[in-house]
Amino acid sequence: MEVQPSPPQGAGPQSTKHRRRWIAALIPLTALALSGCTLPSFGAYKSDTTTGQDSYRLWQWFSVGAVVIGTFTFLLIVWAVLRYRRKGDTIPKQSQYHIPLELLYTIIPVIIVGVLFWGTVVVENKVVAMPKTNVRIHVNAFKWGWGFTYPGQNAVVVGNTTQEPTMVMPVGTDVAVTITSTDVMHGFYIPQFNFSRYALPGVTNEVTFHAVKTGTFTGQCSQLCGLYHSLMYFKVKVVTVKQYTEWLHGFDTPAGKLAAQAAENALKIQMSAGLPVVSAVTAGVN
Amino acid sequence: MTAVISPDTHHDDAHEAHDHHGPTGVLKWLTTTDHKIIGLSYTVTAVLMLVIGGFFAELIRVQLSAPYEHFLSFAQYNEVFTMHGSIMIYLFAGPMAFGALANIIVPIQIGAPDMAFPRLNALSYWLYLTGSITMLSGFFVSGGAANFGWVGYAPLSNAANSPGAGADLWIGALLLTGFSAIFTGVNICATVFYLRAPGMTLFRMPIFTWNLLVTSILILLAFPVLTAGLIMLYCDRHFGTHIFSVQGGGVPVLWQHIFWFWGHPEVYILALPFFGMVTEIIPVFSRKPVFGYKGMVFATLTIAALSLGVWAHHMFTTGVVLLPFFSIMSLLIAVPTGIKLFNWIGSMWRGQIWFSAAMLYAIGFVVTFLIGGLTGIYLASPPLDFFTHDTYFVVAHFHSVVMALVMGGIAGLYYWGPKITGYLLNETIGKIQFWFLFIGSQVFTLPLYILGLRGMPRRMAVYPNNPGWQHLNEIATIGAVLIGISTVLLVVNILVSWKKYPAGDNPWDGHTLEWFTTSPPPHHNFYRLPQIRSERPTWDYNHPEAPAIAHGTHEEK
Repeated sequence: MEVQPSPPQGAGPQSTKHRRRWIAALIPLTALALSGCTLPSFGAYKSDTTTGQDSYRLWQWFSVGAVVIGTFTFLLIVWAVLRYRRKGDTIPKQSQYHIPLELLYTIIPVIIVGVLFWGTVVVENKVVAMPKTNVRIHVNAFKWGWGFTYPGQNAVVVGNTTQEPTMVMPVGTDVAVTITSTDVMHGFYIPQFNFSRYALPGVTNEVTFHAVKTGTFTGQCSQLCGLYHSLMYFKVKVVTVKQYTEWLHGFDTPAGKLAAQAAENALKIQMSAGLPVVSAVTAGVN
Repeated sequence: MTAVISPDTHHDDAHEAHDHHGPTGVLKWLTTTDHKIIGLSYTVTAVLMLVIGGFFAELIRVQLSAPYEHFLSFAQYNEVFTMHGSIMIYLFAGPMAFGALANIIVPIQIGAPDMAFPRLNALSYWLYLTGSITMLSGFFVSGGAANFGWVGYAPLSNAANSPGAGADLWIGALLLTGFSAIFTGVNICATVFYLRAPGMTLFRMPIFTWNLLVTSILILLAFPVLTAGLIMLYCDRHFGTHIFSVQGGGVPVLWQHIFWFWGHPEVYILALPFFGMVTEIIPVFSRKPVFGYKGMVFATLTIAALSLGVWAHHMFTTGVVLLPFFSIMSLLIAVPTGIKLFNWIGSMWRGQIWFSAAMLYAIGFVVTFLIGGLTGIYLASPPLDFFTHDTYFVVAHFHSVVMALVMGGIAGLYYWGPKITGYLLNETIGKIQFWFLFIGSQVFTLPLYILGLRGMPRRMAVYPNNPGWQHLNEIATIGAVLIGISTVLLVVNILVSWKKYPAGDNPWDGHTLEWFTTSPPPHHNFYRLPQIRSERPTWDYNHPEAPAIAHGTHEEK
């Protein structure tokens, strides 16, 4: 921040000293800002998808801005509070306006907002992009569980509050995920992918994940959906493409078909049980 | 300017002639149309709601101090957080802001004898009280109180998913308090536009009055939309319409659009009055005029205008809204909000700051609001909102903001309470209470930010004992206990200070007209008025040698 903590009136010799101190304080911050890769995480997940990592970097830069502006403003408050506490009954100078200063703290925030918006749009376009891909998964949320079907494949996975289902997806390739709900609103939230999207009745949402490494991650419902909202978990298992194909083929054997059929029936039962009124979307194997 | 009475006429002479004759005791409270007594009724009711809503908050925090179901059942937990949010937003924050202190202060600040429509004002209060009782009575019906969150998202709030009278009582309560708010909005607008004293031009109005005017305009724009939405929801529940259900060709997301078209202006309907309070308090205790008065007014107007175009930032993750538009509109709100923050700092700059309890709360407000404001900027960016939405990060963000507003409100109580009761509150207890509230607020909210980033969604009755989640929740619970202690101290302070420390007319060397009249003010507020030549008529009267210096005079003394 180049903004000086200049008081409403002209600067005396004292404030030159302060200015120097401020500049000294800015040097390590600038150095930190320039070496982007060494930025701290500011509490967020680094993420294991490409778009999640883009969001993570945007998070870091937003945080740099927030920390710099927040610290600067906080120090101004602390300075004002400590320096200008009442010392006598004299009436201070009744200054009310300082147009250049006021313009400064209007224009600089507009510029900062412009930069933040630019970064937002760049990352947002990547996150919501839907490149063409053959790997598709359909997520169907219901009270209180998840069904994962693989269009064009036999695989069906269903789970509820007592047995959380696992969404298996391949690493290193675009995976198109469509999300619907059969009853109320749910939130399809995978913290380590830095992503969530509502599962809406009557609407099919779509997102593309491109996982960069294998592993198992926890996902859960983020939007209040009734009594057992807090038990609505699922797992995301990212495997190699070979493992993924093998897993899919497991459902083509007679035993696998039986399992898929059982899961599909379970999904239908869940849907009709959890769904006395609204039935907008029929899920299942296409 | 003929109405200006010569300042050397002492007001005590006029006491007898102006005394008001009417019912006394309980009957006076039930039948009054005096804005000050209505305002006091509002204050007492709203503080009671704060205590009830705060009690529910403590229940939530006790439940979350351990990951498993140990204190409340799933069903109870859903009811408790729904009613916590509903009470705090609909029954405490709003009425405290535009019902309680606005009712008492706005007419006096502009030199008016009462509100423009005193009977409508009384109706507002009784609708509010009725609505509050209606909402709370949900606990006494079979099936319990509403349990779909304070936002009541369709289709969770429809008859199939939320049967029972609790939800209907919730809708009814919102209709009643909604009309109460609309009538108050009408009243404040009319009062400000038609009942200002001679000399009180718009740009001489105190910032608090300005903010209440803008708040009232926002109320008139936003609340009817909520009322309409509630009627639709009620029709869906009982009359077989399908406005929000897919089955009959309706659109569930429409409820979110309607709700947030009210809900985001509502955020500023809640916030602007408290901004106004702080803007009154900081200059008075710094002994300076408010810095950048006109900039402050324009910032308020800008916030209000932008707030009507940002509702869908609550809906970024629905996948059905235009992300960049709502993102830039939301980000832009940071600019006028930043102007306000710097104006508050500028008002303290080179002042003579008197750390009364009210001033401590005002500074606590600025610091806490800084945290809440900065974290709000993240949420305006869709890619960042995608992984913080509906997590504890959001909960932490708006609790930083509302804890700031609570500090602003309590600052208002300490500052204006003496004007309306005639007695000061105990300053020492007030300062102890402040530190409990301030430290408690940070200890409560800061762990929740991390919790949200670690992936804990909101509205969870139980949670897996992930590494760290329980510890963060425990810290937050400690913060909530500290806040609870501060609330008890407020009640203790009111009891301890009861009619003990006479305030006098102008205990703080105030700037605005309310400090010119007696404490408490007479029935029609003023025996006489000073000349109004700036936004600080009382200060100008008491310190004619120290008027505000306009821009351009840079020479040092």
